Amino acid sequence: MMNLAPLVEVRDLHKRYPLGGGLFGRARAWVHAVEGVSLAIRAGETLGLVGESGCGKSTLGRLMLRLLEPTAGDVRFDGRSLLALSPRELRAMRRQMQIIFQDPYGSLNPRMRVAGIVGEGLAIHRVGTRRERRARVAELLELVGLPPDAGKRYPHEFSGGQRQRIGIARALAVGPRFIVADEAVSALDVSIQAQILNLLQDLQRRLGLTLLFIAHDLRVVEHVSDRVAIMYLGRIVECGPREEIYRNPRHPYTRTLLSAVPVPDPRRRKQRMTLGGDVPSPVSPPPGCAFHPRCGHALEVCRRETPPLETGRGGHAVACHVFPAEGVSTADG
Amino acid sequence: MTAGAPVEPAAARPLLEVGDLRTVFALEEGVVRAVDGVSLALERGRVLGLVGESGCGKTMTALSLMRLVPPPGRIVGGHVRLEGCDLLRLPEREMRAVRGAGLAMIFQEPMTSLNPVFTVGSQIAEAIRLHRRVGRRAAWSRAVELLDEVGIPEPERRARDYPHRLSGGMRQRVMIAIAISCEPRVLIADEPTTALDVTIQAEILDLLRTLRERHGMAVVLITHDLGVVAEQADEVAIMYAGRIVEHASVLDIFERPLHPYTQALLRSMPGLGGERRSRLEAIPGQVPDLLHLPSGCHFRDRCPKAIDRCAAEDPPLEEKARGHAAACIRV
Repeated sequence: MMNLAPLVEVRDLHKRYPLGGGLFGRARAWVHAVEGVSLAIRAGETLGLVGESGCGKSTLGRLMLRLLEPTAGDVRFDGRSLLALSPRELRAMRRQMQIIFQDPYGSLNPRMRVAGIVGEGLAIHRVGTRRERRARVAELLELVGLPPDAGKRYPHEFSGGQRQRIGIARALAVGPRFIVADEAVSALDVSIQAQILNLLQDLQRRLGLTLLFIAHDLRVVEHVSDRVAIMYLGRIVECGPREEIYRNPRHPYTRTLLSAVPVPDPRRRKQRMTLGGDVPSPVSPPPGCAFHPRCGHALEVCRRETPPLETGRGGHAVACHVFPAEGVSTADG
Repeated sequence: MTAGAPVEPAAARPLLEVGDLRTVFALEEGVVRAVDGVSLALERGRVLGLVGESGCGKTMTALSLMRLVPPPGRIVGGHVRLEGCDLLRLPEREMRAVRGAGLAMIFQEPMTSLNPVFTVGSQIAEAIRLHRRVGRRAAWSRAVELLDEVGIPEPERRARDYPHRLSGGMRQRVMIAIAISCEPRVLIADEPTTALDVTIQAEILDLLRTLRERHGMAVVLITHDLGVVAEQADEVAIMYAGRIVEHASVLDIFERPLHPYTQALLRSMPGLGGERRSRLEAIPGQVPDLLHLPSGCHFRDRCPKAIDRCAAEDPPLEEKARGHAAACIRV
C-alpha cells in the first residue's frame, strides 16, 4: 500500500551556477539549472522525471539527495529539512538515500573487487562486524541476480547489464528508503534493459523503496512510474498520475514530447508535431513561459508571465496559461 | 527455397546487393567473426532497418559496405554489388570515388566526425571538391544551399560557424549535408539519432525521409530502437552475433515475427500506452560475446525453443513465407 505522506519534498528549489568571472570576479551570467521547483514524492511510489538534455533533471535529483547545495529553497526528507542538518546528521541520513548512475562502468572503481564496491557503504557507515558485512554483501549479490563468485571479480569482467546490477547492489547495501535512479537503464540494450527494469520493480515491491526515476525515454518512464513530472528548462511544466500524463497531456511541450516518441507499430505511423528550433540555453532562459518561443499556442501573456504550476482534477498539475489543468481557470478568465 | 534475403523479382536488379559478406578480426584471444555471412538486397528509394543489440555487427556490416573496416579487421569473403559493380574488387582509388557518390555514411556522434578547426561551410565545400571539379566559390555556394536543404536556419551565417557553435541536432544536419553533397545512391545512417533528444530525433528522421523522397536514395538505417524502425523502415533485417537471423517487410517483422530472438526483442520492449506493472519479458542471459559463441545457432543458449539439434548445425537464413526469411530450424 502506498502511504500518502511525502517521503521526499522540495519547496521552491533553485539552483543557479555562475558563468565566467573567475574566482574573484563577478559572475557575468547565471545558468538557471533548477528554477523554483516544488515537488513531493510519496513513500513507496515511483516518480518519473522526464525531460531533454540540459533541462535540469539530473541537477534536481542530486539536490534531492543534497549531493548539491541549492541556491534557494528547501529539501525535506521524512519531514526534516536536509539543509538544517549538521554534517554528522547528514552523513547518517545518507544511509536512507542512494543514487544509481547511468554509466555503471564510470561509477565503479576499476581497482576494487565487486565485494569491496558493494560493501564500501557498509564499511563507511560501520554497519555490523566484518563477517556480518561479508554475509550482507553475499546476500545483496544474490538479491540483484549476480553469481555467488561475483564478489571476487573486478568490474571490467562484467557486461553492462551486470555492472548495473553491481551499482544497484551497492545502492541497496546500506538499506536506503529512497533511491534516485539517474538514467539507470539508458545505456543498456533493450533485452538487458528489460532485465534491470524488472529487477528494480521487484526490489521496490520487496523492500518498499521510494524511487525517483530520471530518464529521457518516455516509454521506459511510462512503464515504471506511478506519477510523472515533465521538466523543461529548469521548471516542472506538468506533473500527475501516469495515466493522466500519457492519455490526457495538457502542456504543449508534453504533447510534443509524446508525439515525438517513435511507436513500435508500423501501422501507426503518425503525423508528428515538430517544434523547430533547439532547446534554448538555460543561461538566459526566455522571459515568461520558457517554452513560448517554440510553442504554437503562445499568447501575449506567455511572453510576459511565467505560468505557475497549478493542480487541477485528479492531481494533474500544469504550468500553462493556455492549457491549464482541468478545473483550473484560464489566464484570460 | 533458396537461401539468402527475400528474393527480388528477376527483372529488376537491386540497387545494392550484398552476398555472404564476411569480416573477421584476428585477435590474440581468437578470431571474431564480426560479420558472418551477411546477405542483403536493397531497392532504390527503400529504407532497410538493420536492427540489433550492441556488438551484433551492425556497424561492422556498414563499414564493410564502405570498405572502411578498421584494422585488424579484414573483409575475407562475399560481394557488395552496387548497381552490379562489386565494390570489394575495386582498386582503392576507385573505391574512394564510390564513397560519397555511391555510398555515403553518417554516424551517431557528429562531433567526432567534424573537424573542430574548420568552419562547417568549408568542410562541406571540401567534400564537394573532392568529388567534383568545381571552383571554390561554386563549392561554397553549394554548401550554403545544402545547409538550407537540411533545414539549418540562416545558412549563409551558419556556414561560417565552427562545429562547436552548433547544437547536437544541428551538427547531425551538417553531417547529413556532407553525406548528401555528392548525391549518393545509398545513404548508410548508423544510429543517426541515438545521441539526440527525442524532439530533435523526430526532426532528423523527418529530414532523412524528405531527402530520401526528393533524391530517391536508398537508406540503410542502423538502429537498436524498434520504434524508429517501425516508423521509418520499409523492410527490416534483424542481426544477432554477426548474422542476419530474420529479414522481412516491416509489417511482417512486427506482426508475424518468426525468429525467437525477434519475438523476444519485441516483447522485451516497453510500449507507449501499454499495460503498466506487467513485467517485461526480458531475454535471459547476456548480449553475446563474439569470442565465446555457442556452436550452431548463436542464440540457442538464450532461446526458449532450443533443442539439441540447434547446437549441431548453423541454421541457414531461408525463406519461410513469401518475402520472409528466418534463420531458425524451429520455424
